[in-house]
Amino acid sequence: MTRKQRRTVFILTGMTVIAFAAFLVLSALQDSIVFFYSPSDVETKNIEAGRRVRIGGLVGQGTVAKGAGTQINFDISDGGSTIQVSYNGLLPDLFREGQGVIAEGRLESPRKFIADTILAKHDENYMPPEVADSLKKQGVWRGEGDQAKSVKPRSGPAL
Amino acid sequence: MIVEIGHFALILAFAVALAQMGSAAWAAYQSDDAALSIAPSAAMAQFGLLIIAFSALVWAYVASDFSVANVWQNSHSAKPLIYKISGAWGNHEGSMLLWVLILALFGAAVAAFGENLPARLKTNALGVQGCIGAAFLAFVIFTSNPFARLDPAPFEGQGLNPILQDPALAIHPPLLYAGYVGFSMAFSFAIAALLEGRISAAWARWVRPWTLVAWMFLTLGIAMGSWWAYYELGWGGWWFWDPVENASFMPWLAGTALLHSAVVMEKRDALKVWTVLLAIITFALSLMGTFLVRSGVLTSVHAFAVDPERGIFILAIIAFFAGGGFALFAWRAPLLRQGGIFAPISREASLVLNNLLLSTACAAVFIGTLYPLALEALTGAKISVGAPYFNAVFVPLMIPLLVAVPFGPFLAWKRGDILGVAQRLVFAAGLSILAAIVAFAITQRGPALAPLGIGLGTWLIIGALSELASRVKLFQAPLAENWRRLCSLPRSSFGTTIAHLGVGVAVLGIVSTTAWRSEHIMVMKPGEPVDFAGYTLTFKGITKREGANYVEDVGEFVATQNGREITSLLPSKRQYTAPPTVTTEAAIHPSLAGDFYVVLGEANAGGGVVARLYFHPLIRLIWIGACIMFLGGALSLSDRRLRIGAPARRRASPKLASQSP
Repeated sequence: MTRKQRRTVFILTGMTVIAFAAFLVLSALQDSIVFFYSPSDVETKNIEAGRRVRIGGLVGQGTVAKGAGTQINFDISDGGSTIQVSYNGLLPDLFREGQGVIAEGRLESPRKFIADTILAKHDENYMPPEVADSLKKQGVWRGEGDQAKSVKPRSGPAL
Repeated sequence: MIVEIGHFALILAFAVALAQMGSAAWAAYQSDDAALSIAPSAAMAQFGLLIIAFSALVWAYVASDFSVANVWQNSHSAKPLIYKISGAWGNHEGSMLLWVLILALFGAAVAAFGENLPARLKTNALGVQGCIGAAFLAFVIFTSNPFARLDPAPFEGQGLNPILQDPALAIHPPLLYAGYVGFSMAFSFAIAALLEGRISAAWARWVRPWTLVAWMFLTLGIAMGSWWAYYELGWGGWWFWDPVENASFMPWLAGTALLHSAVVMEKRDALKVWTVLLAIITFALSLMGTFLVRSGVLTSVHAFAVDPERGIFILAIIAFFAGGGFALFAWRAPLLRQGGIFAPISREASLVLNNLLLSTACAAVFIGTLYPLALEALTGAKISVGAPYFNAVFVPLMIPLLVAVPFGPFLAWKRGDILGVAQRLVFAAGLSILAAIVAFAITQRGPALAPLGIGLGTWLIIGALSELASRVKLFQAPLAENWRRLCSLPRSSFGTTIAHLGVGVAVLGIVSTTAWRSEHIMVMKPGEPVDFAGYTLTFKGITKREGANYVEDVGEFVATQNGREITSLLPSKRQYTAPPTVTTEAAIHPSLAGDFYVVLGEANAGGGVVARLYFHPLIRLIWIGACIMFLGGALSLSDRRLRIGAPARRRASPKLASQSP
């Protein structure tokens, strides 16, 4: 094999692998990314039912209802709109009424959401950035959630 | 007083780092040989000063000096001593101090053990190290000072986030940082070589052990993090493709590629330009890892406390080092003499394939991790890219790589004989097919491809062993001859075998736990037995218990198998006092066959509790595999040929053993 042929073999192999990877990346990005919406977005944007999405907002006060089984229902609201979420499983430790939360799952109807994953953060005062943004948009943001830089007590305002 | 000494040492270390950088630049620019000796001394001094600074911080934690803002924010007098100590790096400021300390340790190691390096290369590399050190010390001093005082001093601290109060997490950051920062050596040497416009096989001989050290620690650090997430977060998973996990995984992938390409460069004087580029990429990814974790630009289950302003500082550091590195590469790389070209079937070519697949996989992870960021910046849409993306992209790229792994070590340099190698791997192939069939026969459910995954893991293990067997001529020569050959094998070839075997073990664990995991969420009432994954589980009730700095509700579950009591599992919900936090502690009954894993939920209206039960078959193999990989690296490192220094030196000194942090 001449030097040139060898080089061609390497270049072709490289191109094949890269093309294969590019195909995988593009098709996976089409199928498996999950969009984040606030309850108001869900109301205005007409999201197709059955698609996997994330919904974020505050857990409505007094809305958490536990059934006799493992089923839990609660509302997520961003001040503008509210969505009813039902979830089957164990809630994260920091899940609490009035706290920011992200639910991942499928919309059954524009008002009802079936979650299979609930994310609440490790840190008491941490607000998921998506939730903070959508709350700001709705004008119900009540202050800085992250306490990383400033020295202030952790038991500050719940938001 | 001690805190002020630490603070002073920290600032002095910054000045010394500047001197280290400046003297190296002066020596290079003026060709002043007298200035060559400054950088090594500065590197040692910088390390010494940072030890003082770090010890001062640890002292402040141990003594619970709440007049130090950092201690007040992250510690509490009632915390157990070990977590007081580990609390020193369980937060942003302290962990950045640890970062620069480890960086200085590597710099000092070059200064101390690099006596037989070409003086110019050594000085240039130390200059680059000094530059990185100065940048990060400036970051620590100006944005994240751990020694800032509070006046008046509070009486009590706020406590460390309870999920960080854990032995695995006490050693996870040091290991991970040793890995991240270790790659700075490869980077510094790459930049030094580019500045000189000259690179030789001796360069690779130098860079390889350092890369290996960094790789070993990163492997262990990632495994430790995964293990912690598994038992502490209580979600039953071991890897979440979370941005912060990816941040450590990308340098690992690039570093693994670098490790292999450096072999080609050392042995065959080829792939020089690529190796240098890979060294720059690997460290750039390590810096990006620091940035992703420390800036909080990405939503992450790990994001504890984050600050965008610091992120901009780190972003500027990345832009400087990665951008500068790539620019220098584009400018100077054409000066590096290319090595010879080799046959498409050869050891070199197999390592090229390894590099190709690893770096493509790394790029795919990179895209998935940063795509949400790019999309939000461009269109404002908020998305998350999760496990489905990474599984769909990463797994198909890894499979051909793993299939090819056993072939590599069998192939000869320059020109290999693929048919000959295939013949020698027939036994391994047969055994792997058998393993796949057995796996298919004994499992009733799970994805159809999973038994092939078991076959793949077996293929890696037996393939690695076959190579060893063929080197010692097992079954082809008398036993005495086998033994003689085994004893005369270089340790680095044992290292390769064992590391590849470790990959196989981890693959077995990953495949079986992913494919055949059982999970069940249910309400359990006291006294009612429940059948799950071959066990019978009975909930006994909940009792209250008091720990050092928490109170907990402990649920008691008794697991029996065939009427015999196996264990009693005690998952709990803990209420920590400082900071007031609830955590869930899973109860795990480990066994070789798999882990029985119980998480306690909340009390249910009907008098029972909600419980989540898992059975994770063979999950321990994932971490055992990682430890085996570490061991393989360590064996390879102990090879005398790899001991730092020119090949002519034969003094058996325990240099590398003493340098590991």
